[in-house]
Amino acid sequence: MLTNEQIKNKLIEKFGDVLTDFSEPYGMLTFEAPKDLNLKVMQFLYDDAELGFQFLTDLQAVHYPHDKGRELAVVYHLHNLKDNVRIRFKVFTSIEQPDVFTATKLYEAANWMERETYDFFGVNFIGHPNLKRVLNVDEMDYFPMRKEFPLEDQTRVDKDDEMFGRGGSFN
Amino acid sequence: MSDVLHPHIKLPDGSIEKQTTTLNLGPTHPATHGVFQNILELDGERIVSAEPTVGYIHRAFEKLAERRPLYQITPLTDRLNYCSSPINNMGWHLTCEKLLDVKTPKRVDYLRIIIMELARIADHLICNSIVGVDTGAYTGFLYVMQYRELIYEIYEEVCGSRLTTNIGRIGGFERNFTNTAFEKLEKFLKEYPKVLQEFENLFTRNRIFMERTIACGPISAERALNYGFTGPNLRAAGVDYDVRVHSPYSSYEDFQFEIPVGTTGDCYDRYLVRNQEMWQSLSILEQAYKKVQEFKGAEAEVYHADAPEYYLPEKQDVYTKMEALIWHFKIIMGETEIPKGEVYHSVEGANGELGFYLISDGGRTPYRLHFRRPCFIYYQAYPEIVKGAMLSDAIVTLSSLNLIAGEMDA
Repeated sequence: MLTNEQIKNKLIEKFGDVLTDFSEPYGMLTFEAPKDLNLKVMQFLYDDAELGFQFLTDLQAVHYPHDKGRELAVVYHLHNLKDNVRIRFKVFTSIEQPDVFTATKLYEAANWMERETYDFFGVNFIGHPNLKRVLNVDEMDYFPMRKEFPLEDQTRVDKDDEMFGRGGSFN
Repeated sequence: MSDVLHPHIKLPDGSIEKQTTTLNLGPTHPATHGVFQNILELDGERIVSAEPTVGYIHRAFEKLAERRPLYQITPLTDRLNYCSSPINNMGWHLTCEKLLDVKTPKRVDYLRIIIMELARIADHLICNSIVGVDTGAYTGFLYVMQYRELIYEIYEEVCGSRLTTNIGRIGGFERNFTNTAFEKLEKFLKEYPKVLQEFENLFTRNRIFMERTIACGPISAERALNYGFTGPNLRAAGVDYDVRVHSPYSSYEDFQFEIPVGTTGDCYDRYLVRNQEMWQSLSILEQAYKKVQEFKGAEAEVYHADAPEYYLPEKQDVYTKMEALIWHFKIIMGETEIPKGEVYHSVEGANGELGFYLISDGGRTPYRLHFRRPCFIYYQAYPEIVKGAMLSDAIVTLSSLNLIAGEMDA
């Protein structure tokens, strides 16, 4: 049975101290990798006979606007189906140059997940076969899930939108 | 040539010389059961390539969730896989409970399992009978509808609504199950096996159905795993991965059931796996109902956890007790701070692993919420699955994968 401790030791043995911030929130091993190593880490997790993280559960990004130089985090959730262990790792990138290597060569599933991440956060996945928007319209020229786009103020009064009860003949 | 004969018809350059036909399947087409668009390149009736376009009903749930207190996100999850909303609701409650460290009593867990398994049956029922419709057999679909109706009546009895249920609360249920709910459940448990058996008699060994579905839209286990398949579609390919067994939630570990698996991952296997899962769900339902009946006295009245910060107090108490009034106000106004942390929780949705990745920065709303929507992930395999197949097989494959547009587009 594979434990979090074993995974951590194997990773440190292979990569040394470039992997940081090991923690176990709610039992899931979580760590941070440098962004130019994300593929190497994933390949190692995939290929190693003991680790065998061959299932990509989820891939998404998070925007931390106040963390200068590392505003965007790409989060990978991997699953070892044999031993039933999940891990999570993150890579951080700056928002000016949000380049991260694609995982599509390893996991076919990453294709649309990365497209979605690009669509909403503008993470540029290098080497992706078809990096274009997936849920939003192609003409969109911004990345809507970034924190600088707040949702509309629910108390605004300037908008005349009769069908939604603002302005119009109702007031 | 065509310029001379039909000067009013303007065709794109090279479209006559091209030997294949481009067909726009969808976005609104009765055969697609939802808002899907596929741009198919056809050579005669064979599919050369398919290009799926998604996002027609994208509603920005992840963004909306960033302004809502936890309990207001439940109605958003309804609208993911709307054929089995209760599973989504329960998945969300379980995620919140994991983050907030709320322990639910056993009776709540069992009641939840009853609701979730009913939802799974309703979902599989729709999917399998729609596969029947797409292969030319409408009877099965009409026949099983009244039992989905009965399931919806049970939802209605528990929470008041049918399709987008918003069922349950963080910590349990909004009210106890009524006797009518249990009576309807008994009726369902008594009558449904016969109906399911008859449904199987209609299809399983039906010559036409078999010819249409066997070797139609197959996928190997390796490809399925690589494409991130989960749920019945992965199990039909032969991988026995089920979240209910691998990471039990809501006391699934107290139940005995089997995980049915297929071998070839084609439409027929998917159909068989879903049917078999309905039998397993029935068995879970019976076990759960028995367990619920074992609670006696005060225990039989338990329907929520003791979590005053998140679970609304009784209305009676709100009017008479100061503390209850305060909690009521704080919950309704969304003024409860969520503890800091990040949590991933997944449940076995009707069409795969439905995951919730919730990051809280200690505010009143999630900092980031991501839904792992199973059918968004496995729909990308569609071009590979239908390549070389006939157009009519592509339709069957589409419904057999159990794609729900609401879930895909979030």
